[in-house]
Parts: sequence; structure tokens; C-alpha cells
Amino acid sequence: MTSSPTAPAGTIDLAALAVGDVLARTTHTLDRDTLVRYAGASGDFNPIHYNDAVAEGAGLPGVIAHGMLTMGTAITGLLEAVGDPTLVTAYSTRFTGMVPVPPTGEVTLEVVATVGAIDAAAGTARVDLTAEVDGAKVLGRARATLALPRTAQGADGQDRA
Amino acid sequence: MTTTPDPAFASRTYPSGPVHTVSAAKIAEFARATGAPSPLHTDPEAARAAGHAGVVAPPTFLVSLAQATEAQYVEDPAAGIDFSRVVHGEESFTLHRPVVAGDRLVPTLTVESVRAAGGHAMVTTRVDLADEDGAEVAAVRSMLVVRGD
Repeated sequence: MTSSPTAPAGTIDLAALAVGDVLARTTHTLDRDTLVRYAGASGDFNPIHYNDAVAEGAGLPGVIAHGMLTMGTAITGLLEAVGDPTLVTAYSTRFTGMVPVPPTGEVTLEVVATVGAIDAAAGTARVDLTAEVDGAKVLGRARATLALPRTAQGADGQDRA
Repeated sequence: MTTTPDPAFASRTYPSGPVHTVSAAKIAEFARATGAPSPLHTDPEAARAAGHAGVVAPPTFLVSLAQATEAQYVEDPAAGIDFSRVVHGEESFTLHRPVVAGDRLVPTLTVESVRAAGGHAMVTTRVDLADEDGAEVAAVRSMLVVRGD
């Protein structure tokens, strides 16, 4: 499956992963509506994420996306690829670049999820995510841990049938 | 007058609680806001069919409870954190088991470190989530950069 486009939901054979496999390649659009919806969902009402005057007063170029919105959005391609979201048992990132979001129009977040390492003894895979806007990385060392099935069928293979 | 984070807060652990009940509606809202696609986040029947007691939280869902818990430190004037100078540096989630609607979670906040670095300060907190029997459920680690002058 290396470098193949995003597989349909839940069809990746997690028992046959190899380092370098691209599990998901997705694009996500962010606009002001996205930011307002995330503010409500998360309870993060910092006005730099919806008010240009406040954002500029804080020395920013304008309203920026919540880093946690970028983080939460960036993993959704991987979640779709593996089907069962509970297979992700850890997820971490550094926030390396701001994502300014204009008052009208949208920005595009481009994400690639690649198998970075497999720990057969632990039964896990490390998936490395890159997330870019206009070619600039906005997340650094973004990594998710995937729990792998112990057998080729998987403990809950019916979900991926 | 500029305040700087007080290093004396490092290694401080706050009293646990209060108990937080995970909401199915908030899980569904969070999943839609981030574009998490699985019906396990929004459909209780699908979640039950997959063996869960309620809809399943997306991987970063616990950020809200973690940030509400961190507030007792970062909003304490004595901690010396000027929030207008704060930039989110890093975030990390460790899930020992799936978090589902109806879970009753007990958060415990620890200030792991307060460090100066090149004119800035870096503050790392950890919120441990346990069930009411004390079993570990998840941990959320957050690093904030407090910009200097």
C-alpha cells in the first residue's frame, strides 16, 4: 500500500504494516466557521481565534486557528483509514507554525500519515504525521501510536470485514 | 511590569477532582468540529455494537477537561503566567483505554516543570485522568511557552 492514496475506511490490513507505508493522505479546509465550531466544541474561547482586533493587538497577523484544532483535524485521515478510532492509544505534537485564517475564504491543511516504526513486542506502530499549510509545516514531530491486532484476523476483525 | 512564571510551582501536584462525567453530546460536537469520521463518536448503537458502553471520544477530546484542570495553575496570579504572552508549544495524549460517554473521570494536575529558555519560559503540566476506583484512564501533557520581552 506504500504511497497509495487513502484507503477506504478500515480496509488497511494492520497486521501487515511496514515502515514507510502511507496510511492516509488527506486535505482539510479550515475557515472562520470551522474555528467558531471548534471553540464551541472545545470550550476554548480565546478571542485570538475569532476576533481580528484582539489577534492583531496580541501581535498576530490576524485570527489564527487553535493549535488543538489543527492537531485534532490532522489525525482524522488516519482515523478514517484504520476505521476503529480506539486503535489510536497515544498522540503527540509540537506546534511549530501558526495557521492564520482569513475572514472570508479558507486555508487548506495537507496531512500525510506514514508508518514510522513498528514495535512487534509491544504490538504497536508509530505513525508519523506531517501537516502543512501552503507548503509550510505547522506541526512538528506529530506522532500517533496505533495498537496492532495480535493475529492476522485481529481481535475484533468483524469491524474490518 | 512583566511577570514571569514562578519556578517554585514546579513539581506541585494539586488535589484531585472534581469528578467529570463525559458527555455524549460533547463527544459528538467535538467529533464534528474536527471532522473525526467514525460513527462510534456519534451513534450510541454503533458504539454499543462495537463493545463500548457509550460513544467513543476522539483522541484529543480530553483537551477540554485538561485545560479546565490546568486553569487552577495557569490562572493563579501567584504562578506569574501572563496569558497574553502564552503560546501553545506541545501537547500529548496517552490513552490507557477508550474514553466513552458516561465515564466519570477524576483529574489530577501536576506542574512537571517551569524552565527558562532563551528569554522565554517553558511550563509543562500533566493532567492524569483516573476512574473513581483510581484506575488510570489517560494522561494529557501540555507545554506552554511564555514569551519574554
